[in-house]
Order: sequence, then structure tokens, then C-alpha cells
Amino acid sequence: MKLSLSWLREYVELPAVLSADELERKLVDLGIEVESIVDQAATIKGDLVVGRVLEIEELTGFKKPIRFTRVDVGAAAPQEIVCGARNFEVGDLVVVILPGGELPGGFKIGARKTYGRNSNGMICSAAELGLSGDHSGIIVLPPDSAPTGVDARPIVGLDDVVLDLEITPDRGYQMSIRGVARELSHAYESAYTDPGLGDAPGATAEPPHPLRIDDTIGCDRFAARVVRGIDPSAPSPEWMQRRLITAGVRTISLAVDITNYVMLELGQPMHVFDLNLVRGALVVRRARTGEKLTTLDGVARVLDAEDMVICDDSGPICLAAVMGGETTEMQPDTVDVLLEAAHWDPVMVGRTARRHKLFSEAAKRWERGVDPMLPLVALDRAVELLTRHAGGTVDERVLDQNHLVAPAPVLLDTTLATRRIGVEYPVEQVTTLLGRIGCAVRGVEPLEVTRPSWRPDLVAPIDLVEEVARLGGFGVIPSILPPTRGGGVLTPAQRRRRMVGRAMAENGYVEVLSYPFVSTGAADVFGLAADDPRRSAVRLTNPISDQEPLLRTSLLPSLLGTLKRNLGRGERDLALYETGTVFLPHLTAVAPPVLGVDHGPSDEDWAAANAIVPEQPWHLAAVLTGEAAPAGWWGAGRTATWSDAIEAARIGLAAAGMAADRITVRAAEYPPWHPGRCAAIAVDGTVIGYAGELHPSVVAALELPKRTCAMELDLDAIPATVVTQAIRISTFPAALIDVALVVDAAVPAAEVEAALVAGAGELLESVRLFDVYASEQLGAGLKSLAYKLTFRAPDRTLTVEEAVAARDTAVALASSRVGATLRGA
Amino acid sequence: MSYRNDPYDPKQAVLLAPEALEAAVAEAAQAFAAAPDLDALGALKSAHLGDRSPVSLARREIGSLPPHAKSEAGKRVNEARQSVQGAFDARLAELELERAARVLVEERVDVSLPWDRAPRGARHPLTTLMEHMGDLFVGMGYDVVESPELELEWANFDALNIGVDHPARGLMDTFYVDLPGLVMRTHTSPGQVRTMLHRQPPIRVVCPGRVYRTDDLDATHSPVFHQIEGLVVDEGISMAHLKGTLDHFARAMFGPDARTRWRPHYFPFTEPSAEFDVWFAQHRDGPRWVEWGGCGMVNPRVLAASGIDPERYSGFAFGMGVERTLMFRNGVSDMRDMVEGDVRFTRNFGMAV
Repeated sequence: MKLSLSWLREYVELPAVLSADELERKLVDLGIEVESIVDQAATIKGDLVVGRVLEIEELTGFKKPIRFTRVDVGAAAPQEIVCGARNFEVGDLVVVILPGGELPGGFKIGARKTYGRNSNGMICSAAELGLSGDHSGIIVLPPDSAPTGVDARPIVGLDDVVLDLEITPDRGYQMSIRGVARELSHAYESAYTDPGLGDAPGATAEPPHPLRIDDTIGCDRFAARVVRGIDPSAPSPEWMQRRLITAGVRTISLAVDITNYVMLELGQPMHVFDLNLVRGALVVRRARTGEKLTTLDGVARVLDAEDMVICDDSGPICLAAVMGGETTEMQPDTVDVLLEAAHWDPVMVGRTARRHKLFSEAAKRWERGVDPMLPLVALDRAVELLTRHAGGTVDERVLDQNHLVAPAPVLLDTTLATRRIGVEYPVEQVTTLLGRIGCAVRGVEPLEVTRPSWRPDLVAPIDLVEEVARLGGFGVIPSILPPTRGGGVLTPAQRRRRMVGRAMAENGYVEVLSYPFVSTGAADVFGLAADDPRRSAVRLTNPISDQEPLLRTSLLPSLLGTLKRNLGRGERDLALYETGTVFLPHLTAVAPPVLGVDHGPSDEDWAAANAIVPEQPWHLAAVLTGEAAPAGWWGAGRTATWSDAIEAARIGLAAAGMAADRITVRAAEYPPWHPGRCAAIAVDGTVIGYAGELHPSVVAALELPKRTCAMELDLDAIPATVVTQAIRISTFPAALIDVALVVDAAVPAAEVEAALVAGAGELLESVRLFDVYASEQLGAGLKSLAYKLTFRAPDRTLTVEEAVAARDTAVALASSRVGATLRGA
Repeated sequence: MSYRNDPYDPKQAVLLAPEALEAAVAEAAQAFAAAPDLDALGALKSAHLGDRSPVSLARREIGSLPPHAKSEAGKRVNEARQSVQGAFDARLAELELERAARVLVEERVDVSLPWDRAPRGARHPLTTLMEHMGDLFVGMGYDVVESPELELEWANFDALNIGVDHPARGLMDTFYVDLPGLVMRTHTSPGQVRTMLHRQPPIRVVCPGRVYRTDDLDATHSPVFHQIEGLVVDEGISMAHLKGTLDHFARAMFGPDARTRWRPHYFPFTEPSAEFDVWFAQHRDGPRWVEWGGCGMVNPRVLAASGIDPERYSGFAFGMGVERTLMFRNGVSDMRDMVEGDVRFTRNFGMAV
């Protein structure tokens, strides 16, 4: 909201000299956010001076008539200036910006050749100076109003300071000169004249125009006055135009400008009708569903049964509180007007504004709360301004249908502010501060506080406490730590996620945090079956990008997107990981029960509400491409493969506290992975994720490097960590025996190893596969697996015979389970 | 050849003469000293200490001496032999030392060779910073609480005094979904509501996490960002406690000079409400106040909706953006750097922030 300092000064006494910094500080301390404070004099740089036109030479032969002028700007020689305007004569005083200056919007003025002549500067219009929308010609100052060569800024009114303020949604009263001036009077503890409390004529027995209010909930007050015979050509006075323009309001016509001016000044939105276009009595009612109204912005709107409308015999003529209609709009020849100032239900206006996406200045004020005591004062002010500038005859009759209910006092415990803020506020101070904002305070304990009409936000004791704290100043609040109440802890799941993240990073993976938005095509690219549950995704109704309207059911689509972005930026060797939630909707889409806000929901309602919230488990995913270990002076590098992806899963699981013997890795066919290079990762037999190389068609579709690998685990599906039991460490020597087993090439190594472990018995300390080998000599379809077996007894040095016997039982079980034969045997 | 049975002939016992032995010792010492390395020294050993060496030959002559002379001659030969052996051993030790030193020189490597054989990973600075913030509050007795990102509209709005017609609801640029009654949470406050619904005071929690607003991504906005919010509900909690907590947190984050400055503001879920700045002495553009977050006393309506008696208990809440904190604390100038996942940005932070 923009407004000018000079306007504020009309109602609040402020220091004559006021620095922008100080003013900003005061406003901020009152809770008013300051976007900017602009000294208008500084919006035009360089010399802006008064000049007198000495000569005019008409240039012809151009598309439009052009004037070449000589202007006395107080210098020894006249300034030669080319000008396109024609509304001036020799001897007129004009406003000239000299070369080197700059107009608002960064328009730099230089000496240049134009229309075949040298032009040294520019004669300015009001629009060019940012003073008004008037482009019709240059500014001609009253004769002898200033000597030539003097600074023209104060003469044209470029000496104001413009404040751009952000008003919080609870304080509708601040959306006016009246409200901001009142606030400043608190900050400066200075005199304030309330323009909203003037005497205004009240309702007369006979109204100037008949009215019926059918819905006094939607409209609890409606006032109107009539003026006849105004001069339709009377322009808005320059000062009014300037203030409207400063506030960012377009000037339209005198009557309309006055309603806007009064709204800015008092905060009362108003509407003006061409009285002669209104057919019969006014009726204020709810719209009928489907009723139509073309509003002043030219949009034909279909109305809702909740919208309020002002009607005449022809039907709706105004979308109440939001925007007027075309049929009764002010015309260039309108002479008789009906000015309306009403009071509307803020909830209704908010809904109507949202429904019609019409956030007009009026709607913004209504939604935040307008003083219901303003209508008559606002009408009186508008009538006065209108007749002063356009003549006409005021109809002495006043319409005011008032259904307001007086607010009940709020009971305020005198110690509440002290207890809630932690500052000792004596009751006298509480009373004084509340009185300053317009409250009437009575009683002793509790205080009976009646809010002023412009503060509909003050309904509970805490609302009053807030005002005491705000006006008392936040700076006086002491800094005290609350008493401690026992220690805080991280949950096991939080600790686990930290451990997993650190482990991934320590093993070379770089963490990314991707947006969880994915495209509808991602499931097809991944080759998911029609009934794959990962296709069941929550859809955003208002996504940032229509290309990515779904919430992820897997981390991989967005993670692969990030991988690709890095590849596009020249990276070649990448290992990325992400921990984040996925969104798995329940298949039933029922609305949750309605939960109130006066007390906590019942257990049943809360459970029913939560039953519709999609599962959002934490996943861990990693993707790899390029070299896992680079080549260097030490030798060759190593390309990342499916085995790195599986190892990534093992790293994550180890960090999550899962012992290696609880993890199983077996071949799986699961998109988007390569069916021959995909492992299902299980803990205690339950599959919690997959790892391996991506399917070549996925890699091709996403234009990723060949053999890109990936892993994804459901972190929340990993069993809770249990207390690890210690093992006994034997200090006796170990017996090491190597065995090479020949098996069918299709036999998984994990099964061979499992058989060896089961067969070797308790003496086996460890088993390690150290070579995999296939050759013609060995035989087609066979492979040799070489293991190092370490045997050790807890209580003695093993004999060779004992170790060999254990090996033999191990090999025997491998032989019977997977058909292994001892190589060379 | 043996002298044992030879008759005594003093003329033949010339090697035993003191002058001869002294000369042999001197010659050996000189030869050993001149040996340039262990091999040369080894080659000299038999000539000066072997069976045919002067001292060994001199020993043989002892037998030819009359008994009275044998003792003295034997003593003289032994002394000479010990001298020669001593000279040899000394030189040997010297040369072995030299060799050991030379081997160390020869085995020298270029320790400055680069090593990136095991590439280092990195954690995202937002993760690290959120953990750091969470740890500071855990140290102050808070629990860290998480709640769904796709949240009940009731928990995100209604329970927080943002009814469907509240103007603030329109100001929150909310993502809606195709499921009734759910929104992408616009703040982590619903986690506070959930905490209050299943726990009675005293409550001390922080809720870090991802939140969503329908802003387009630019240098200062992102539709997905992170917040950390705190909530304390107990008997007798006042705004002074809020101030103490934020000042303490500011000092823990930004050093002993840090403190907060408050501006009255409006949030539906707190009253009174404030936005706060923090004095940040290490700002890369010089010490200054930086906008940091919002705070206030929990609105009694929020307590009531969350099943807590607002007559008995009061509380405070606060929240700040993690991205915003990282931006001014660590000099990140563009929001996009934090969301695009460029490994160069993240690697720069390593495991710390």
C-alpha cells in the first residue's frame, strides 16, 4: 500500500524534518512492514527547472506537427528544445529537464539531434514526471508563479515522500491514511485528528432512494446519498490526482476518483452509481445461482448463491463490496449520482473475491475488516468533495439502514499481559495503552475492555495482550531461558538416517535433495507393469510444471534427473545419493472427517483422518555412472558397475546396524533394472530394496550413459537395530585352507558360500571368495570358485586333521546342495 | 708349512718385532680407513685379519721363541690383532651406517603426488545444517519431531487458526492434491499440532523438514524448501522465555556477539507474533542485522484445537528457513545452487557446513 507523507501529516503531527530511516524504524516497531520510503524529489535526477518560452518555430514535413523552441531557463543563452506538444504559447512558464538529467524509469536526457534540430533537454508533461496520467500536453505553470531557472520540483509538487507499506492481514484499519496516521501518533506520542469521527448527517425519515436489505448477515449496514446536477466535465483536482497516482490508483473521473480518495483516506470502500441508470428501488440480497453480471472490468460473471449483490429492477447491478457493474457505471455525461457506503460481511467478501479472482482494493479492505461506523462520515466527505469540485445539488435526505450489533466487552485479567510477556505491566499502563488504541476500559479485575469500532480483530484477551506488548515495545522484553525439563533425544530412526547419510558420503557418494515432483511418463520410461503399485501416485492439482504433476513413489526418477543435470554440466564420474520420503497413497480416496478447532479431535476422528494420509516412508537411493575409482599414476581406474550399486545397499544397511549375515542378495527381475543384473536386497528374508544396473531401454530413454547403475532401499522397512552381542575372540592360531570348487555357471556364489558355511561347522571362522574363473579347459557352462577358509577353535590349536575334516564336510555339503566338485580332485 | 718343530732362530722371528707389528697395525688401519664401501672393506679382511695376514703370521712365530720371550710376544701379538680387528669393526660400523642412510635417501618418494583414487563424497549442506540446528536444541532438552509432508489440511491450517476463510490461508501459496482434505504442508507447524495431540506438557520439540509453497524457482525462492520450527508448551511460559531461547540459539549458531531483534508481526498461530533479525558479525559483507524468522506466543486457539488447556498452559513457537540461514551464514547467493544438486556445490562443503 502506497501513500504520501504529506497526506499523513494532515492528521498526525510529525517532526518537520523526518529521516526515512527513522520513519521506517518507527513503522517497523509498530508492526508495519516497510517496502520502501521514496523521496519524490530524488526520483528525478539532475536539473529540473522553470523555463519561459521565448520563441516557437513550427516544423513541418513530419508525421505530426513539431515545435522547435527557445526557452529561457535562467542561463545566459536560451535553451533550444524540440517539443511535440502544442498546448503552450510564447511567454508561458514550463518545466524543463536539462541534459544530464534523468526522469523516473531511468529515462536519461541528453542533448541530441532530432527532427533536424538540436534539442538540449525536454519540456515535461505531468505524466513524464510521474505526477499524473496526463499525457495530453506539457505542464504550463500559472503566469509569474516562479522565476526562470529555479528548481521546479516544489512548484509541481515533487516534494512529497511516498511510503510503500505492507499491512498484515489482521489489521484492516491500517489500510488507510486514517489508520497509519493513528499508528504514527502512537510512535511519536503526538496529536492525532481522527478523520473518521467527524459529524455527519444521519439517516432521514425519507431516504433519497428506496432500499431493501434481504440479508442483514451479508450486509449489516447500507448508507447512501444523492447529488444531482454535477458538472460531468469537471476534472479531479491536481492534488487529488497526484495522491491517487502515488497510491497506485488510476484516475478515472471526478466522482470515481473521490470514492477512491475517500477509501484511501478513511478506509471505507465506496461505490458511485449513475442515478439515472438505476431502475427502481435498490435491493441488497444474495445472488441466485447462475445469475449473470458484467462487472466494470468488462468481465461477464456467473454468480454464486453465496455472493452478495446490489440489484435494481433489472437485476444485479453491482457485485457487492467487490466491484460495480457496467449497467449503472458513471458515464461521461452523468449528472446525477448515488454514492453508496455500506458494511459487508468479511467472510462473504473474501469468498466472493476468491471465487471470482477479483482481489480489488475494496475486497482487500473488506476481507481484513472495515470500521462499520464510517459510512456516514465517508459519504459526507465524498459529497463535500464532489460538490466543491463539480457543483450540483445535494439531496438533503440520507439513507442509512443499520443492523449493527454492538461488540461485547472483552474481560481481561490484569496480570495476563505480565504473565504472557514476561514484563511487569502495571494495570495503569495496560489501561493507558489500550486507551491509546481506542479501547474503552472499565472495571477493576477483570478489566472490561470495549474495542473501538475499527478493531474487529480484538475479540479475545490475548488480542489485547498483543497490543500491550506491541505498544509497550518488544525491546523491553527480557531474555530468559525457560527452565529445563529433562533431556532431548533423537529417535532411533533419526539416528539411523544420519548414520546412513554419513556412510554414503564417506564412501564417495554426494548427497542431493531433489524435488519430489515427477512426470506422468516416468512410470512408462521405467517400464513399470500396468498393475505396478508405483504407478499409483498422488497428483498435484496445481503443480509448478504441468510436466511434473505427480508426487514420487520412488526416489529414482528425480535422482536420475539430477544425475543428468550434472552430466550436462560436464561431470563424467558421478555417485549420488538421496534420502527422502516417497508418497504412497491408499487406494481409497475418502474425505477425512470434519475436525473442529474448539478442542482436540476424538481418538476415532483423528485415527480416521490419518487413515487417509498416504504412507510416506523414507527411502535411500543411489545412482552411479563413470568411474568408481579413477585411473591415475597408481594405475588403471575402475568403472562403476552393478556390483557397486549392490555394495551401496550393503553400505547403507551396515550403517543402519544390520550385520552382514542378516542381509541376502539374490537375483531379481524388477524394473527399471536390467533383468540379468538386478539384485533384490533382503534383511532377515524380507526384501527392502533393489540394486544393480539399469535396464538398457531405461538408460536409452533417459539418455543416460550406458550401464548407469542404481539402488533404492526402503529405510523404514529395515528392522530396528538390536543390541549387538559380543563374540569371543580366540587367541589360538588359525588354520587356513584354500578350496576351489567347480559348479554350474548358473549357481549363485551366495548359495555355494552358504553351503560351505553350513557344512564347515563351528570351527569355521570366516570364508572368503578370492577368485572366480571359467575356461574351456574347465568345461563349458562351468565355473570355478576359489575360497579361503579360516578355521579356528576357541580353546585349542587345531590339528591339521581337524581342519581338513571340517573342510571336507564343507565341500561335501556344497557338493550335495549345489553339485560342487573339488577342483583337481 | 709348519714352524712348530723349527728350531729357534731369532732372525726368522722378524714379524714379531714390535716395529713390525706396529707397522702391520698401522697399515691395516690405513687400508680399512681407505675402503670406500662394505665390499672393499670385506675384500681387505683376509689380508689383515686372515691366516696369512701379518698378525697371524707373527703369532706363528711365537712358537719359535724361547719360553721366556713367548709370553711377552704373545701379549704383543694379541694387542696388535685387537687393534686391527678394532679398526675393521669401526670402519664396518661406519660404512653400514652410511649404507643405511643412503638406502633411505634412495627410497625417497614424492609424497606430494595427488591421490583421488577413492573419491570423497559429501553431505548436502542443508542436511548438515539442519542436523546441527537439531543438535543444538537436543542439547537444550528438545526432541526432534517429524511429520508427513503430504499433510491433513486440518493440521496444516485449521488447527493453526487458519480457517478456510482466514485471509492468511489465501496468502499461503499452497499445493493441493487430488485427494480430499490433504495439502503439501506449507510449514512444519503441523508437526507441532501432532505433537500436542499425543503428548501433554511439558513439551519441547523442534520440527525440521521440507515444506512446499507454489513459488517458481528463482534466486531467492523455491517451491520446496526447509524449515526448522520449535515449540515449548508448559506452565508459566512467557515471551521472555522465547527471547532467551532465540538469543541462546543465535549465540550457538553465530557466536557470542549474536542476538535477536524483534519486529511486531502477524501470524494466525501465534499472538503476540514477531519477526526477528539476528546480529550476524561474520557476514561476508560486514556485521549486520539479518532477517531470520518468525516467532510468538502460541495462540490459545491453537492450544485448544490441539487438545491442550489454554488456561493452564502457555507456549511459544518459532521458525526459520534453513535455506535462508545457509544463504547468509555461508554466503550462498542463489537458491538454485541448493536445489539443483550440482556436485561441485555440495562437494565444497564435504561433511561440515
